[in-house]
Amino acid sequence: MFRGVQNYNMIDGIKIGLEIHCQLTSLQTKLFCSCHCDYHGKLPNTNVCPVCSGLPGTLPLLNQKALEYAGLISLALDCKIPNETTFYRKNYFYLDLPKNFQLTQYNVYGITSIGIDGKLEYDGIDEEKHARIRRVQLEEDPGRLVYENNDMDSSFYTLIDYNRAGVPLVEVVTEPDFTTPKDVRIFLNKFTSIVEHLEICDTKLEGSVRCDANISIGEGKRIEIKNVGSFREVEKALSYEITRQKTMSTHEIEIKAETRHWDDTRKITKQSRVKEEEQDYRYFQEPDIPTVILGNEFLSSLKTKMPELPNDRKNRFISDYKLSEHVSQVLIDNKWLADFFESAVKIYSSPKEIANWIVSDLMGFIDENNHHHNSQASMEEKRSELKVEARHIAELARLVDQSNISRNTAKMILNQIITTGEMPSQVVERTNSSKIDDKGLLSEAIESVFRSEKSAVSDARLNSKAANFLLGKLMQLTKGRADPKIALDLIKKKLIEPD
Amino acid sequence: MVNLCSLTAEQVVEGVKNNHFSAVEYISQILERIEKIESQINAFTIVDANGALKKALSIDKKIRDGEDEKKIGSLAGVAVGIKDNICTKGLKTTCASKILEDYVSPYDATVVKKLKESGAIIVGKLNLDEFAMGSTTEFSRYGATHNPWNINYVAGGSSGGSAASVAALECTVSIGSDTGGSVRCPASFCSVVGLKPTYGRVSRFGLISYANSLEQIGPMGKTVADTVMVMNSIAGMDDNDQTTLNNGAPKYTTQSKRNIRIGLVKELVEGIEPEVSKCIYSAMDVFSKSDCKCEETSMKSVEFALASYYTIAMAEASSNLARYDNIRYGFESNPDSYEWNAYFAKIRSNFGEEVKRRIITGTYVLSSEYYGKYYLKAQKVRTMLKQELSALYKIYDILIAPTMPVLPFKFGEKIDDPLKMYMIDIDTVVANLTGIPAISVPAGFSKGLPIGLQIMADELQEQTLFETASLFESTANVQRSPKL
Ligand SMILES: [Zn+2]
Repeated sequence: MFRGVQNYNMIDGIKIGLEIHCQLTSLQTKLFCSCHCDYHGKLPNTNVCPVCSGLPGTLPLLNQKALEYAGLISLALDCKIPNETTFYRKNYFYLDLPKNFQLTQYNVYGITSIGIDGKLEYDGIDEEKHARIRRVQLEEDPGRLVYENNDMDSSFYTLIDYNRAGVPLVEVVTEPDFTTPKDVRIFLNKFTSIVEHLEICDTKLEGSVRCDANISIGEGKRIEIKNVGSFREVEKALSYEITRQKTMSTHEIEIKAETRHWDDTRKITKQSRVKEEEQDYRYFQEPDIPTVILGNEFLSSLKTKMPELPNDRKNRFISDYKLSEHVSQVLIDNKWLADFFESAVKIYSSPKEIANWIVSDLMGFIDENNHHHNSQASMEEKRSELKVEARHIAELARLVDQSNISRNTAKMILNQIITTGEMPSQVVERTNSSKIDDKGLLSEAIESVFRSEKSAVSDARLNSKAANFLLGKLMQLTKGRADPKIALDLIKKKLIEPD
Repeated sequence: MVNLCSLTAEQVVEGVKNNHFSAVEYISQILERIEKIESQINAFTIVDANGALKKALSIDKKIRDGEDEKKIGSLAGVAVGIKDNICTKGLKTTCASKILEDYVSPYDATVVKKLKESGAIIVGKLNLDEFAMGSTTEFSRYGATHNPWNINYVAGGSSGGSAASVAALECTVSIGSDTGGSVRCPASFCSVVGLKPTYGRVSRFGLISYANSLEQIGPMGKTVADTVMVMNSIAGMDDNDQTTLNNGAPKYTTQSKRNIRIGLVKELVEGIEPEVSKCIYSAMDVFSKSDCKCEETSMKSVEFALASYYTIAMAEASSNLARYDNIRYGFESNPDSYEWNAYFAKIRSNFGEEVKRRIITGTYVLSSEYYGKYYLKAQKVRTMLKQELSALYKIYDILIAPTMPVLPFKFGEKIDDPLKMYMIDIDTVVANLTGIPAISVPAGFSKGLPIGLQIMADELQEQTLFETASLFESTANVQRSPKL
């Protein structure tokens, strides 16, 4: 249990690897049958057929489109694509597996993954970093187990819903190349953006992306963290795990290799209830799925189908729209934002102004929400509550550009239309919040300020800076609607006029 | 009135279509025959008299109404039995196992669908070794099938019911499955014709998998022509089975050809029962007299075939049978108060002894520690055999061998000694390991017990196979039906 004093810095030698699963939600059908890929909102066990429920005598029919999608991810992650691919059976007994084996891919007896040996670069905290991608492969999702009160330990029953069984998953496995949880989060953001740009997975759908992580510190054994329901939680789970392992090490408690589960409500990792022994999955090639020859044809067809990826898009934002690197990065990290930006720019071509509205204001409304809820699903919820579309932001930018309203007023308008969906110009008209720029009207108002602030006027005649005080009074009078530029000009003119 | 049960499929179609007799008359005689002798043979797991009669009535009506020849079908009226490991919608599919004793498939296997479309009448499901694992049909939950030539002898297996029912005139043709000889072995033992087609020639959709990479569904009949008729109905590509070959199946014929180059694989004759070997050598004479060039040849890697076969078959079986956990379907058994591992164990203890033996052995050979030693080696043997065969088929059109190295034997003779039982598959497994088509045709008798000649052609050369088999059948003229 205990061992000798260790003299290494625990933070040095943190190694984190990821195993990401993402459902190919853009596919019409499951991986090996013609059931719908989208099982959300369906009654339990209604999205099944003889094949995906593992009835005797059925055979898997490989979804060719799934190969293409996995190929696109592989290329986007800079992987090599082998000449041919096959499927393997991973044999183990579990309730959620209709056949008691899972069809997946396996590289021990020969390479069968769709992609291998890739890498993905990302902006680490201090420097440009990259993580090596070990493999990208296809496999089928198992069914879903449902417990009383969502708690496996206390549940009196286990219900099985096979609606999800056979949904195509792409598994991406990285090498243990991460050294901080924050880098992991940055990497996962980038990965999400890639998957969204490829339009193969709606990462906002519940359960569509999952991530297991493994972490070892220094000489410590490798710990697997499972059951992390969203990418956002991975960083937290890892930070927790580092603290836990550091504490153990300080107390000279040996860290044993084990699998721990992330408790989403208590925000801790805990030892799996069932001790997972070293399983022998008895892998062998699935005889019912003939080897698929990928070859150059596959590769070149992928290249023609490859959409613009986040990196290219970012560069285009910088060069075409003259946005800053930072703003471009923020936009492309979230495909929805980037798309929003480009649609707005199409309506009113003022990229910098629009980007500014999106990055510094609109995003605030989405992010604000995330302080209260953690899941990506709730972010999507909030986003769908937003009544603001590209045309709104485009108009807002136009109004500001054409000096019809001040930036402050524009912000207030945005606040309002976010829930109402009214067009900014309508709000302006309705609340008459346009700036008062009629010189005659302004002069009259200034006249009355001068009358009531006589001593200030005298001061201002001596010290031109005091003119701002008079402008403030004018603003008070006009409830902030006076065009400050014009008003200040008029005030200054009036100050040098003879009394 | 003539005994309609003894007609060939060709004669039935001819008779029904030309109103020499009605499908109902014929099927009634078949059902009567089943009722009379089934207690001696035990070929069926279930007989569907109502379904059969209903289909016969509809065929008669179609003919009365003068419907299009195509709609009536190429197998109009023919009574066919289906091995009970092939799914039939609405009719139980049990695999002769407790595990599936109440299982009714919600869909028809592709072969069943095609047979129905061809106008065939499904009279029932046929007995087999549990999950097709066996060579005698003794491992059936419903009891062994008896050999119609001598009911104290085994009928062979695992498609024992399919062969015995045809030999005993309980149906005109039947469907079996052949994983390591399961069609050819009982065909040989019961003196009927049985074909294992090229791997991928017939859809396996709806065949309950025992060893996917080895097995094919195949027809059985009294004559080569009958198996050809059935093949013409069931062969071809199937969207539900991606291992089916995508070139269209030709329309097979039975014209007999001469001048065939034939090689007798001597390793498959060496050391077998002398009566069988004698019969096979005289078959060589039959070919030689028909202007065929016939000689002995050698296939060295046959030595490893049996070990390779059993390794692969058991490995695949261990995985295929994992799904029988009684959760989604199965038999009545209350899971209350069981932890799920314990429930799995309880349920799976209901497999028969031979099935358990193969699951356990298969699990072992797939374990990561032994994978290389057994499974991988077994796969290499397949490659070796294929290479050797492709060289041989450059020299010969056809290879021949005995179907079985032994005569049919009495019940219980080998059942307690698995290795002895496995040994009798030595001559049939080559075709499964390499995917080539092979047919067993009646070659003669010894002590009143049938002997089968096995004819093997190269991949997809079913036509050559049929021509050779027809030539032999018409020349050798072997007795057809037993007296019951
Ligand atoms: Zn399905």
